[in-house]
Amino acid sequence: MLAVSDLKIHYRTLAGAVKALDGVSFSVADGEIMGLAGESGCGKSTLGKALIRLEERMQYVGGQVTLDDKVLPIADDRAMNPYRFREVSIVPQYAMSALNPTRRIGRMIDELLEARGLKGATLRPELERRLAILGLTPDVLGMYPIELSGGMKQRVVMVLSTLLDPSLLIADEVTSALDVASQKKVAGALVEFRDRGYVKSMIVVTHDLAILAQVADSIMIMYAGKLAEKAPTRTIVEAPAHPYTRLLLGSLPEVGIRFEEKRLPGIKGRPPSLLSPPTGCRFRDRCPLAFDKCAEEPPFIEIAPGHQVACWKADAHAEG
Amino acid sequence: MTSTTGSSPAAPAAKSGRNEILYFALRNTKLVIGAIVFIVFLLGAIFGPMLATHEPLTFDAPPGLPPSADYWFGTTLFGQDVFSQFVHGLRSSFIVGALGGITAAVIGMLVGFFAGYRGGIIDEVLNMLTNVVLVIPTFAVLLVVAAYLSVRGLGTEAMFIGLTSWPWAARAIRAQTFSLTSRDFVGMARLNGESTFRIIFGEIAPNMSSYLVMTFILLFGGAILTAATLDFIGLGPTDSISLGLMMNYSVMNAALQLGMWWWFVPPGLAITAIVGSLYVMNVGLDEVFNPKLRAL
Amino acid sequence: MLRYLARKLFIYLLTFIVAVTIDWAIPRFMPGNPVDALVSRIALMPDANAALTSYFMAAFNLDQPLWQQYLNFWWALLNGDLGRSIMLFPTPVTTLIGRALPYTLGLLLPSILLSWYVGNVVGALAARRKLLDNTVLPLGYLLTATPYMWLGILLAWVLGSSLGWFPLAFGYDQSLKAEWTWKFISSLLYHWILPFASLFLVALGGWAIGMRNMIIYELESDYANYLMALGAPQRLVRKYAFRNAMLPQITGLALQLGAVVGGALVTEIVFSYPGLGWLVLSGIQNQDYFVIQGVFLFIIVGVLLANLIVDVVYVIVDPRTRVGLQGDAA
Ligand SMILES: Nc1ncnc2c1ncn2[C@@H]1O[C@H](COP(=O)(O)OP(=O)(O)OP(=O)(O)O)[C@@H](O)[C@H]1O
Ligand code: SF4
Ligand SMILES: [Mg+2]
Repeated sequence: MLAVSDLKIHYRTLAGAVKALDGVSFSVADGEIMGLAGESGCGKSTLGKALIRLEERMQYVGGQVTLDDKVLPIADDRAMNPYRFREVSIVPQYAMSALNPTRRIGRMIDELLEARGLKGATLRPELERRLAILGLTPDVLGMYPIELSGGMKQRVVMVLSTLLDPSLLIADEVTSALDVASQKKVAGALVEFRDRGYVKSMIVVTHDLAILAQVADSIMIMYAGKLAEKAPTRTIVEAPAHPYTRLLLGSLPEVGIRFEEKRLPGIKGRPPSLLSPPTGCRFRDRCPLAFDKCAEEPPFIEIAPGHQVACWKADAHAEG
Repeated sequence: MTSTTGSSPAAPAAKSGRNEILYFALRNTKLVIGAIVFIVFLLGAIFGPMLATHEPLTFDAPPGLPPSADYWFGTTLFGQDVFSQFVHGLRSSFIVGALGGITAAVIGMLVGFFAGYRGGIIDEVLNMLTNVVLVIPTFAVLLVVAAYLSVRGLGTEAMFIGLTSWPWAARAIRAQTFSLTSRDFVGMARLNGESTFRIIFGEIAPNMSSYLVMTFILLFGGAILTAATLDFIGLGPTDSISLGLMMNYSVMNAALQLGMWWWFVPPGLAITAIVGSLYVMNVGLDEVFNPKLRAL
Repeated sequence: MLRYLARKLFIYLLTFIVAVTIDWAIPRFMPGNPVDALVSRIALMPDANAALTSYFMAAFNLDQPLWQQYLNFWWALLNGDLGRSIMLFPTPVTTLIGRALPYTLGLLLPSILLSWYVGNVVGALAARRKLLDNTVLPLGYLLTATPYMWLGILLAWVLGSSLGWFPLAFGYDQSLKAEWTWKFISSLLYHWILPFASLFLVALGGWAIGMRNMIIYELESDYANYLMALGAPQRLVRKYAFRNAMLPQITGLALQLGAVVGGALVTEIVFSYPGLGWLVLSGIQNQDYFVIQGVFLFIIVGVLLANLIVDVVYVIVDPRTRVGLQGDAA
């Protein structure tokens, strides 16, 4: 069980702090696959990275992350290390190039395991078993990454990332670079791994709502460094409460089309700059329902069991 | 390192474009220091010869004098004014560097643009040509050519250096062009039926202008170094003085044994400083143009 | 992989042909007709006159059609005939080159290999270590910007002339006879140190900077990020980064060869070191064109061979070329 409370992460730049995560609180239950969606630049990857490893420019500003009742020392790179891979793991956005190009895959994995104080040989059978689940033969371990297709690499990375049965897996855009057939396989694998108990809970970041509808138990929508809405997948799809969520879904005429990059045709304007975000509701400029009260920031509150929203109008909608 | 720094996709919206570049440029220590050193020597090359009170090649001074008020950099074994030679040599270096750099940049750009943009057989042929010139030890070619040319001026020297030093630039520009060619705006221009020439110089070149500037800087520095080396072997211009030639004369005439450091230290020091400042400026420019490299 | 090597081989062959053609064409098409100059020089050496004139006729065959001249040139070349020296008539140019070659190789090989190795290690250490980086980087740029001969001159002046620790000139003590005695060998070494050091130092800077930049690039690459996200220790990440950064440095070695050879030539001139550089200088001063042309061809062949070796090594160490999915990795 993951619990994040009031997490704040900034990027340091000369122009000032980019407030990429500005007070984010949510939880992911054991066995839950939570989808994470939102326009490009809203802070999805930042959230994913914050839970496992802060990059050089990322600055921890505040908040707490608890995983299975242990507080994760996310601000302390060294103290965090024991948790990485074993408790929290990631399938990065760039899985295509995540493997060292000049090492045979099996050898690289052994070296990594050894560096983490484990024995590659003892884990080998399990590794091969899991590769087989995803339709890969043990041969791949003797190959160089360049010999594998994109989808194969993606699956190898998935198997490696989850090899130590982490409690939480972050999967960032794991399907976006793949062809449709591979997308299906990888998405299926996510569910399969959860069902088999290799991973307790997952955060799946994607632009592809079709994939989310297929794999996620719940979906969380982010907007400009803040949370907009979190609810079970059905609720989000059928009865979204936040105007942004509804526009997001509405701007997708067919399921399966991705709201990728830049502007959404259905929503006028752009997200605000995260350097000096406006006070009040951040969606105010673009929100068709905005009214006086929106000059105050709406709290992220539960309007129904498992359904949280940050919008002054949300209650009315849920009721009406 | 001062805190030059980072922008990102969400960079300051207010300071955009040119302003932002200038803002970071002035705060980049490497670029500023490099530029200052370079400009100091450039000014020396432009105005130095006017300051010189003696002719560079006439033998009208007492021989072998160390630096003094009359002869700021001393005199050679034969009674020539070292300061005058030095500033005239500086001028030669800048001229050869600029001409050689321009020649190489023009060839490198033409080859790189066309190979990268047109692809196919043109690319194959140009690539082959690039590879051949790349593996030939160009210095050896210059050696033979210069040895046979009995009258050589700065221009000839610069041209030969330019003709042999373009391949790496062509290669780098080709790769850049290649990646730009697949972008939307080039595709649009293509669809609109614009000519290759217009697309290359109207769309592609402006989009990699910072890269081209940096390439030229490196070619400029390389040309100065090559020229100095050729001059030192005695294959430089026969009609003027140069920094390499000064080193040649000093070594050939026992300046080392006689400890006449004022004869050989200034020319080498100047070359090192000019070329070094160019390299450092290049690193600085890279940081300015490439937000990822801006150190925090 | 074989395709990769075959492609390279083809380019080298082409380069060789181009080089030979340049070598053949330059004296024939240069303004100011050097052949005339040569003939007039011969007139000053009565004893050599007859022999040399006939040699000229044979070598240049000026009365034959151009294509015939060209083929003759190749024929002589493939028979190992680079002509005869004018300044030391009638010594064949190949003999002169053979005499000078060991000295040049003795300077070049150790300085190239050692500077490459040490530069890579220093650069790798400097990357991502602020303190070291702040000294290695400026020093590295300074060294690469230094003309080879000038560093040689400085070393000769300070360590040779002023302090008197090392000899200023020649390949060995001129009062000794060239024979394999300890005395001679130690004299060889003693005279070798300064020219070696100046070549080594200038080349060192470039390698260190190159390696530093490559390592930083590798440390920011995706695989490094992934490893660190999985909690891999710095040690492992650096090990991979070092290995991968090394690969482009191997290709770089081939590209730098030409420049280092040029550097060796001028360094020899500074130290009157009896290698190819010195030979070329005397060739230039005496207008001994055969010597210059011969050395030119020799350098070309040497550099091409070295390139080939580098390519083979590269194929062996980089799996990407072996897999054969990547054509031109350079
Ligand atoms: N290295 C960085 N330096 C400064 N700002 C950054 C950096 N990386 C990201 N940002 C900013 O932080 C914000 C959040 O970025 P993030 O990568 O988390 O977005 P995202 O939701 O994952 O977008 P995408 O869908 O495009 O992957 C953006 O506004 C971005 O501009
Ligand atoms: S709080 Fe106001 S501005 Fe924000 S989403 Fe709700 S209605 Fe729109
Ligand atoms: Mg992202």
